[in-house]
Parts: sequence; structure tokens; C-alpha cells
Amino acid sequence: MGIRWSPAARRYTRRLAALMAIYLVTLFAAVWLFKHEMVSGTAAWALAIAPALPIIGVFWAVMRFLIEETDEFIKLLLVRQCLVATGFCLTIMTVWEFLQNFELVPQGNGGFGAAFFWFIGLGVGALYNKLTMGTAGSCS
Amino acid sequence: MKNRLKVLRAERNWSQQELADRLEVSRQSVNAIETGRYDPSLPLAFRIAGIFGLPIEDIFQPE
Repeated sequence: MGIRWSPAARRYTRRLAALMAIYLVTLFAAVWLFKHEMVSGTAAWALAIAPALPIIGVFWAVMRFLIEETDEFIKLLLVRQCLVATGFCLTIMTVWEFLQNFELVPQGNGGFGAAFFWFIGLGVGALYNKLTMGTAGSCS
Repeated sequence: MKNRLKVLRAERNWSQQELADRLEVSRQSVNAIETGRYDPSLPLAFRIAGIFGLPIEDIFQPE
């Protein structure tokens, strides 16, 4: 049996797809322009921040999904998923920072920032929901 | 909480999806309530009671 998506889940999926498309465009544009040294000063700051904006948009989209979803059980699954994601992300980043502080791992993150681990955490949260509640929910 | 949702649904020959449609919730919600993994809110419990035409305490009982 196929999963029936609620109107809120469909809106979330559309928003996510649009934000990911914007992210890819801004990321490739920023990498290309910086690589060719075509920006400097204030424009460089704006361009460096540009790929972060659609990522922030994804946080907004997840929270809108939580607000717009009318099914209380699906809401509960989403809240649990976000809590697991937040805990997972904070745990990874805290351990990583201490490893860096004691110079056991190199500085920098190689492009894998907090948002990356939060999104991985959403997947972990979906798995946690599946194992404990029998269903992963719609935000995975 | 224990509940008699599965029995009441079976008596009416409704699938989980049919009951979910009547309640305007997801099939996952009905399944989670039936299997005791989720206790519904009071408003949803009242909707369930209304659909089956029974008092809440005839559907839900404390463990």
C-alpha cells in the first residue's frame, strides 16, 4: 500500500526540492567564482553566505511542516525526529570540537558542518521512529 | 491505555485506511493507536468515540 501524503507533507516536499535546487546553484556558483578569484570585499561575504541561506530555508521548511501538519501522531513523529537530529548533531560536533581542541584531528570540517550532521540526524530519527513506533513518519 | 479499536473496526468491516479517512488522520495513526504505541489526544479520542457511537470509556480503558 502506498503512503498517502498529507497536504502539509506535500508542501514540505515541494519546498525541500526548491531549496535544494537553489542550494546546488548557489554552491556551484560560489565555488566557481571563488576559485576564479572573481569576487572580493563585501560581495565575497555575500557570496560565501549565499549557500547557507537555502540550508536555513530547510530548517524553516521543517518547522513549517511541524506547524502545518494536522495529524497529531505524525506531528509527534516529526518532533521526535527533530529532537534526535538535534541531539545527534550536538553530540558529533561537541566530540569533534574537543578532538580538535586537543589537536587529535585537523582543524576545519572539510565542508561537513553542523547542518550536514543535523540532516543525517533526521535520518537517524526516522530510523528510531521506525524501530520504536512502527513508522518513520513523513519527514525522511 | 488499552483500547478496543481493532475489534470495533473489525465489527464494522472497516480497513485501517477507511477508519483513518473517517477520522481525517493518517493510516499510521490508526495503526499506532490500535497497537497501543500511541494514546490519542482527548479531542481525537472524542472523535473516535463519536464515529463508533460509544462513550470513550467503552473504547479506551486504563491498563
